[in-house]
Amino acid sequence: MMKPQEIIARRVAQEFRDGMLVNLGIGMPTMVANYLPEHLTVFLQSENGLIGLDQRPPEGMEDEDLTDAGGGYVTAIPGAVRIDSVMSFGLIRGGHLDMTVLGGLQVDSKGLLANWVIPGKMAPGMGGAMDLVTGAKKVVVAMIHTAKGVHKIIPKCEWPLTSARPVDMIVTDMAVIINTEEGLVLTETAPGVSVDDVIAATGTPLIIANDVKLMNI
Amino acid sequence: MRKAKQPEELVQLIPNGAVLMIGGFMGVGSPHRMIDALVESGQKDLTIIANDTAKPGFAIGKLIRSGQVSHVITSHIGLNPETQQKMFAGEIKVDLVPQGSLAERIRAAGFGLGGVLVKTGFGTLAEEGKQVVEVDGEKWLLEKPLFADFALIHAHQADYLGNLRYQLTSTNFNPVMAMAGKYVIAESNEILPIGMIPPDDVDTPCVVVDELVAVRLHH
Repeated sequence: MMKPQEIIARRVAQEFRDGMLVNLGIGMPTMVANYLPEHLTVFLQSENGLIGLDQRPPEGMEDEDLTDAGGGYVTAIPGAVRIDSVMSFGLIRGGHLDMTVLGGLQVDSKGLLANWVIPGKMAPGMGGAMDLVTGAKKVVVAMIHTAKGVHKIIPKCEWPLTSARPVDMIVTDMAVIINTEEGLVLTETAPGVSVDDVIAATGTPLIIANDVKLMNI
Repeated sequence: MRKAKQPEELVQLIPNGAVLMIGGFMGVGSPHRMIDALVESGQKDLTIIANDTAKPGFAIGKLIRSGQVSHVITSHIGLNPETQQKMFAGEIKVDLVPQGSLAERIRAAGFGLGGVLVKTGFGTLAEEGKQVVEVDGEKWLLEKPLFADFALIHAHQADYLGNLRYQLTSTNFNPVMAMAGKYVIAESNEILPIGMIPPDDVDTPCVVVDELVAVRLHH
């Protein structure tokens, strides 16, 4: 059976289009890079200063000046560009970033995301997340549907928001949910998951699309 | 031409209570030898402005561990649990700033701007205490300049004049901090004769650099 993270990464990869500039957040979103369609030319932005992020280098061939936002060693595609932090966030805020994929702690019925702090418990900080959600043309949340059974998609976020700008799409190990003017719409389910399973694992009402599809992964 | 100095000598310029900008992203492109010299020298009550606090005991994480830092202005401490522990214990004040706004606040200080208007942070904790500015009917958050007494930066190459060139993701906050710090101390992998860095390739012009850290010789 496919791991939950792999289901998510494979499905998110289908959102890529030729020529896109995309930022993948630290952690699970980074896995998306492993499943990109081969025929596409896409530019992955690493907010620490690179357009054209590529895979890990072979062991022993790391470059200490070529890293991702988590500090891990990476390589770059031919045609890659080095940018400084000002330019990096100019691209993000300035409407030049086609898509961002981030992890989520909670998403609410209006599509608002909380993903940077649990008050009194965990305070990693927002890093680039607030800029990314506010500035990217398309915002995709990639997350496990529940936290060990506890609902993460809920009526209103309990934890501090990342942005006042709602996300466009939630991809989980169970479903694809699109955020619309009318509300959150369930459009796809993962293999072996029923619409009722998704409803039960979601803490806020979902609009069920007329033609809920099976995730094609 | 200027005289390159040892980190041990340069660090004596920094008093207790100084506000320091330190370049680097997860320690990549940080001035490691200046940080080591600071730990050795033991200045107290420092304020650090930096993207992150790296990892425990690494780069800026060394200064967090040594207890020399009382205030951090940063975007991310998620990969350094020691910073989080000291924050929850009340030993270090941590101001979390969205990364893009942090870069722009530093840029504002270095480029003579009274502030920068952004959308980032609206409707979140990051807007607390900030002025909302309306321009032609549209609302923005005012992010104010962030000044520092010193900028400790790292470059790939310097020349004898102090012109700097950065390399790949070691660039990050270094060029903008070099503009914003009142006194700029630049560490580099190598120091080259004047002219070896072509004019088109200079990222930071020598006129904003105050001190060069002598290169480390291995023999």
